[in-house]
Amino acid sequence: MILKSTLRRIGAALIVMIGISMLIFAIARVMPGDPARIALGPNATAEQVAALRFERHLDASLPVQYFEFLKALSRGDLGRSLYTNRPVTTDIAQFLPATLELVVVSAIIMVLIGLPLGIMSAHFRGRVPDHLGRLIALIGVCTPAFVWGVILQLFFGYFWPIFPIEGRLLETTPVPQGPTGFYLIDSLATGNVSTFFDALHHLILPALALAMSGLGQTARLTRANMIDVYDKPYVEMERAYGFKPFRIATRYAFRPAFIPTLTILGLEFAAMLGNAFLVEKVFGWPGLSRYGVEVIIRKDLDAIVGTVLIIAAAFLIMNIVVDILVGFINPRIRLAAGKG
Amino acid sequence: MSEPGSPVLPKRGGSKAVAAYFGNPLSVGGLLIVVVIVMLAALADYVTPFPDHVGPIGDFAAMNTGPGETYKLGTDTMGRDLFTRIIFGYRLSLIMAVVVLAIATPIGVIVGLVAGYKGGWTDYVLMRLTDVFLAVPPLVLAMAIMGFLEPTLMNGMLAITAMWWPWYARLIYNVTRAEAQEGYVLAAETVGASTAHILFREILPNCWPSILTKMTLDVGFVILMASSLSFLGLGVQPPTPDLGSMVADGAKYMPDAWWLSLWPAIAILLVVLGFNLVGDGLREAFEAEG
Amino acid sequence: MTEAVLAIRDLRLAFGSRRSQSAVLHGISLHVRAGEKVALVGESGSGKSVTARLAMGLLQESPKVHATGSIRFDGIEAIDGGPEIARRRGNRVAMIFQDPTSALNPTFRIRGQFRDVLRSGGRRISVADADARAEAALAEVSIPDLKRALDSYAFQLSGGMNQRVMIAMALANRPALLIADEPGTALDVTVQAQTLALMHDLTEKRGTAVLLISHNLGVVREFADRVYVIYRGRIVEHGTTAQLFRDPLHPYTRALLAAIPKISGGGLPDLPERSPDFESPMITHEGCGEPQGFSA
Repeated sequence: MILKSTLRRIGAALIVMIGISMLIFAIARVMPGDPARIALGPNATAEQVAALRFERHLDASLPVQYFEFLKALSRGDLGRSLYTNRPVTTDIAQFLPATLELVVVSAIIMVLIGLPLGIMSAHFRGRVPDHLGRLIALIGVCTPAFVWGVILQLFFGYFWPIFPIEGRLLETTPVPQGPTGFYLIDSLATGNVSTFFDALHHLILPALALAMSGLGQTARLTRANMIDVYDKPYVEMERAYGFKPFRIATRYAFRPAFIPTLTILGLEFAAMLGNAFLVEKVFGWPGLSRYGVEVIIRKDLDAIVGTVLIIAAAFLIMNIVVDILVGFINPRIRLAAGKG
Repeated sequence: MSEPGSPVLPKRGGSKAVAAYFGNPLSVGGLLIVVVIVMLAALADYVTPFPDHVGPIGDFAAMNTGPGETYKLGTDTMGRDLFTRIIFGYRLSLIMAVVVLAIATPIGVIVGLVAGYKGGWTDYVLMRLTDVFLAVPPLVLAMAIMGFLEPTLMNGMLAITAMWWPWYARLIYNVTRAEAQEGYVLAAETVGASTAHILFREILPNCWPSILTKMTLDVGFVILMASSLSFLGLGVQPPTPDLGSMVADGAKYMPDAWWLSLWPAIAILLVVLGFNLVGDGLREAFEAEG
Repeated sequence: MTEAVLAIRDLRLAFGSRRSQSAVLHGISLHVRAGEKVALVGESGSGKSVTARLAMGLLQESPKVHATGSIRFDGIEAIDGGPEIARRRGNRVAMIFQDPTSALNPTFRIRGQFRDVLRSGGRRISVADADARAEAALAEVSIPDLKRALDSYAFQLSGGMNQRVMIAMALANRPALLIADEPGTALDVTVQAQTLALMHDLTEKRGTAVLLISHNLGVVREFADRVYVIYRGRIVEHGTTAQLFRDPLHPYTRALLAAIPKISGGGLPDLPERSPDFESPMITHEGCGEPQGFSA
């Protein structure tokens, strides 16, 4: 049953994914201008443009074009980047891990700081720690990630230089070889502890800059949901039976409040995938962003479509994971699933 | 509730909401920030010390000077007064936000109303379409749209509008779904009111508090999004003053010319914070009014 | 006469900010002696539930609650709440709620919640001991499949079953006083009667004092030894159950009793008009005065 509901979610995600591919395809093809001309630039000859139009089926009707696009997609072919002159999938495989590592570490920071901050606010509702927590959360939400990047760089990279401000590793540190492309994991897998710490050292500032907005949102949601839960009869029962206030805050009121919070965290993850572009630019992070911005500026059609699709897919996968997690945490859903 | 003998008070009251709003110092502070910024931006030509620094040319004798007597916040690499450019940047940001919301909100509201009220296939198609937009990180979608367009002010607004309406569709859809079951809607249906009447005269008025609250919050968030785009070089092009590009340009001269990035960065934070505080205050005020 | 476990004297309560307050209780005095069953009867909004919550120190933390007077319980003063009364919650005094199912946390099994009940007041108890005691407590309230009940979530059990679990939790630490706030009103009448009988027997056997908060005169008549009638934040009549039902003296009590036959289940009707007579002074039946001096 839990398998069945998961399959249904995957099915729904696939429909949305097809929708996204149509949307991005439509944007790419319907926009004014000849995509082949845009892609090749003003110096290309008419023959070159015509050749590209033929190669990309640009003279066919839109449905035919879309069908060709889907056919290629089903073979795992996202086309060729005119910028790098390599298959788009190769480019993405090279740049995606750095972005994902950054986003995953940010998501961990977001949860590890945002949840306690929200719990603290709810527990001390209306008192000084609450005001402080809400202020931190609010400033987190209201500040774009690149502003955090610049501020963190300025203070912890220049004025008090305790963190590096660029790249994933020192130039002297050998790049860890491994299957994941996550330096933290690959370095540990090969037993290279100094590389691990160097990679971590480089990750902290950008990950924090990227986490701030989601962290604030997490704290705000946790606080709001916990305050709802504090009004429930079972919390009164827990107080009437002498449960310690700290234990109620961190356990008995937290878990029911965490279920609705978790479903929203998926959206925060999406925002992070987007904001990663900003943070990567600030910290010279060699991820998908540099590539993405570059291909956008160069009107590199296939590469743009591919990048957007991959990011959308990452978001949808994350949402499915969140849904499954919610099912496991919420006993009503878990038990209903177990029965069937 | 209005007192019978007081013709001055409007019928629907609102005094509770006003009291709730002004009872919260944070909401008042937010309003203050917003009013000051809007006034400065509106009167930018008169209140800024160097209005001609909006263009590409500044005071070349004073390039890259730190905060001081003449240039309170310092100058940029062209010798242009940062304070002046930040205020003009505010003007541009506010215009963008207003235009984007003026287009995105009605689209989203209509989609949400129709999908929520009609149900069935209309609902399914419209809301799946909304889901598609919501499943791409907003910044990435706006970037992709910008990728096929020239980076101009108009196109920037277009890109942001295209990714903004689904949020209103989602919000109004949920409200409409709940309201459609209410007695007053059923009553209107029984007397044969037209769909348009029910949507815009019966249901929509109940959505106004949520719409106004969200729009206020969103002025800040549209500015945030626009500055993010221009930070990536996908927004307004120089020499037009733009907060996001100012941060990006200044970052190249860190840490020596720290003021280049820091002031516009704080300027963005302030305006988003201001509109957020006002939005939160409005939400509480509407809740207090009930 | 035995000593009072709970003695409330001239309890006044106002809600609100410093500028605008609304008074809810206007000087309530009542007491419950060891092993005694006392009912506090009134309409909803009369202040009976807040009285019970104040006695447990549950409301005093809020800056909007302003309580004066005296609440003596178990040798301590609880009018301002605080750690002393907090330490006694769950073991010296326990509470049973209106709807047992919503009073149990839906995201934790009964077992975990029971462990924390047994740990109330900072007691240390091993997991194995706690589970053994929880099973023993559930056996006493005649729950058939102990392990299954402990491993269930509240939403998997029936309302009557949850009520039994609540009673087991309430009595597990042998409290001196049990406060029952409209117990089982959310359940159907038969189940409600069963669980009330169960509660009656268990508290009788152990000599646990009970303060029953109710709007149901039928339940009160069956259950209580002594009754306080509360109307708009004031006690209007106080007597033994026999005295009060045989010879109601206060106009409000009379109106209540006169209204009973018209409604089913013995619940309180919403009296249509508010007679000024209802505001007349409190009547105390013979032999039912408040104890002099604080012995609790």
